[in-house]
Amino acid sequence: MHDLFQRLKRRHEFWLASVIAVLVVYLSIATQGFLTLQNLFDLLTSYAFLGILAAGLLVVLISGGIDISFTATASIAQYITMLLANKYGLDWFSVFAIAIIVGLVLGAINAVLIDRLQISSIIVSIATLNIFYGLLVFVTGGKYIYSLPSWFGKGIYWFEYVDAEEISYGLNLQILALFVMFTITWLLLNRTNIGRQIYALGGNREAAQRLGFNVFRLNILVYCYMGLTAGVASLIQAQLAQSVAPTVLVGKELDVLAAVVLGGASLAGGVGTVLGTILGLALLAIMQNGLILIGVSSYWSQFFVGLVILLSVSATALSARRKRKGNLIE
Amino acid sequence: MATFLDLKNISKRFGGVQALTDVDLTLEAGEVHCLVGENGSGKSTLIKIISGVQPPEAGGVINIEGRSYTHLNPVESTRSGIQVIYQDLSLFPNLTVAENIAVGQHLGGFHPVDWAAIRKIAETAMARINVHLDLDAKVEDLSIANRQLVAICRAMAADAKLVIMDEPTASLTRHEVDALLSLVRELKKKNICIVFVSHRLDEVLEVAERVTVLRDGKKVGTYAAKDVNDKKLAMLMTGKEFSYDLKETDLSNRKTVLSVKNLSRKGDYKNVNFDLREGEILGITGLLGSGRTELALSLFGMNPPDEGEIKLDGKTLALKSNREAIDNGIAYVSEDRLTLGLVLEQPIAANAIVTILDKLKGALGLIPLGARESTVERWVKDLSIKVSNTGNAVKTLSGGNQQRVVLAKWMATNPRVLILDSPTVGVDILAKDGIYEIVRGLAQKGVAVIMISDEIPEVLYHSHRILVMRQGRLTGEFEPHKSSEDQIRVAVNA
Repeated sequence: MHDLFQRLKRRHEFWLASVIAVLVVYLSIATQGFLTLQNLFDLLTSYAFLGILAAGLLVVLISGGIDISFTATASIAQYITMLLANKYGLDWFSVFAIAIIVGLVLGAINAVLIDRLQISSIIVSIATLNIFYGLLVFVTGGKYIYSLPSWFGKGIYWFEYVDAEEISYGLNLQILALFVMFTITWLLLNRTNIGRQIYALGGNREAAQRLGFNVFRLNILVYCYMGLTAGVASLIQAQLAQSVAPTVLVGKELDVLAAVVLGGASLAGGVGTVLGTILGLALLAIMQNGLILIGVSSYWSQFFVGLVILLSVSATALSARRKRKGNLIE
Repeated sequence: MATFLDLKNISKRFGGVQALTDVDLTLEAGEVHCLVGENGSGKSTLIKIISGVQPPEAGGVINIEGRSYTHLNPVESTRSGIQVIYQDLSLFPNLTVAENIAVGQHLGGFHPVDWAAIRKIAETAMARINVHLDLDAKVEDLSIANRQLVAICRAMAADAKLVIMDEPTASLTRHEVDALLSLVRELKKKNICIVFVSHRLDEVLEVAERVTVLRDGKKVGTYAAKDVNDKKLAMLMTGKEFSYDLKETDLSNRKTVLSVKNLSRKGDYKNVNFDLREGEILGITGLLGSGRTELALSLFGMNPPDEGEIKLDGKTLALKSNREAIDNGIAYVSEDRLTLGLVLEQPIAANAIVTILDKLKGALGLIPLGARESTVERWVKDLSIKVSNTGNAVKTLSGGNQQRVVLAKWMATNPRVLILDSPTVGVDILAKDGIYEIVRGLAQKGVAVIMISDEIPEVLYHSHRILVMRQGRLTGEFEPHKSSEDQIRVAVNA
């Protein structure tokens, strides 16, 4: 038991979960609306977009790279897909196929630039964010798409349940996609050799090369996976918003990065887990939601998010330093 | 013994540089073979050809257990049982011990991970060579010696028949080196061929059967280890005879510069007494952790002693910082200062005067160019640094000359006492010789030198007097002309 606690204590996820538990207890007591099925359901639905992107970004960070162009990728994916859906009808399968293909293509462009030109990924993705986004706004003239196909607008709603106050809950498109993408990401990272190669690449790039890992192929996979998640996220966001606006997604990339970093992923690569990312996202969501519920102006929420990130990374850095010292004495 | 690997006529050119010329090499199963040579002698190129990273020029033949190749690729090389353990170990710090050992399981096309198999492989590999490590520990939490064990286990897991170790002892303590050497004997019993690539010759000669010497890309020869000693190898590697004689030097008429009385610091060293005369080179040797570096840092004002006194030219010093030590004429050059203490992109001149910017400062705090030029020129000449232009970046210099610039930097402070901590770690023989020459020259000019080293020949052949430090105390004093390496070694390890 003591041993288990010692092991847990060293894990970032343990501390995150503890903080979340404290927050949940506090908010349940301090507010009326926090610990209700409806609030939980709303939170999951509205944070699914960030969550799916966080899953993609986690994979990129573990590989030792970074991508911030994915919001532009998502904007392009949803715009093209909805244009085509309005024109040709289409169905669920084809809209997801189209959005994913757009994501994969734009991800591959990032991967090729980063791998072949050996430019740092942050610079490449800042550039491609601007290029993708600039092109989209130029071509579309910034025009919104308000009318979506009616089957798309209705969405998916399984296992519907209506309570006494006639509020309905169920498994909707957003929640379904969130769970599916987290599951796929977890399987990729922990149950496939390619996932382990991604961890290895982020841990020691040169050793990975010497061992015979195909770094180019891994980069393609990682940035295309980011693109794929951007494609999926873009559609569930459009479905929730009931419209497509070329200008609303860009700017959210730092929220996604915040969730992943809060979840313990390191910008240096090699470190990060799906569970951590889920907890990081949960902390972000609970903080933002909780602050509104206790009546703090939403302008403050950014301030607190920043503060918590700072505390979180400081704690990680401090414990790493203590660990190094411990090694020296040994 | 069966031949495992046989190389014939291996040559390699990189652009205009001939890295290897017609090298033949035979490695037997179950032998320990040393590959030695100076930097740039072609050792690493030869390893790259054996591991399949580089192809040799046409005409070369690689025979592995009777199969003939004109060149290898990394996959073929690994499949044939060849494993290279690079100096940096090529481990993944973020992954567990088990996953690092069985990382070969992750190669190949997209497939699921069998975690049970990975643990099993790691356990088997550790059991084969009798190593015990926590399978779930992360490699970043292990000591360097244990990381090396992980790398060796990984080679075992890959069914190695030939393990090439690049500078395996460079960052290990003596105790850890002994553990490694006994592990090597274990591998040998399993009929595995081990190749050591090293420049710390005395250690590897303990276990090696044969030694192959490379010089300027050519093979000088392969020798039975029992027929050579490190002096002979140094000659073969450099083509130059190094004879250092152990003659008595009478310094009794020189005046005492530094006098240390009853110096103690809790946990570091206790009751240290010695005198140091003008022009004397005092060697201090001892194991890592014997307190030698802590003592040196105290003399340099960075690790204040609890008790005792330090006198310089008869005056008692109470140093509170290294700045005060420098102002009083004490300079300290640490191991990493000598190899890393330069701003490589900056000009030689700027590097050489960085320690005395305050002294050169003229009106308005600006540095007069004339003063700068003359100071730099004097030291370039005194230390015979080979430069075409002191405005060139330091990185354009050879390693040995870079070290001279570091020394110049410290000599510019006009020290009375110069403390050198492990001055030749990671330096090849020719550059070492250059450093010894400089140190002798400085001593002749009257500088009192303390040279700290764990290489016994270094202190024996290049000091006037040797002190042995053990567990924080000075436990022995030797005069070179009356001592042998073995005597000192016994005192160090007692």
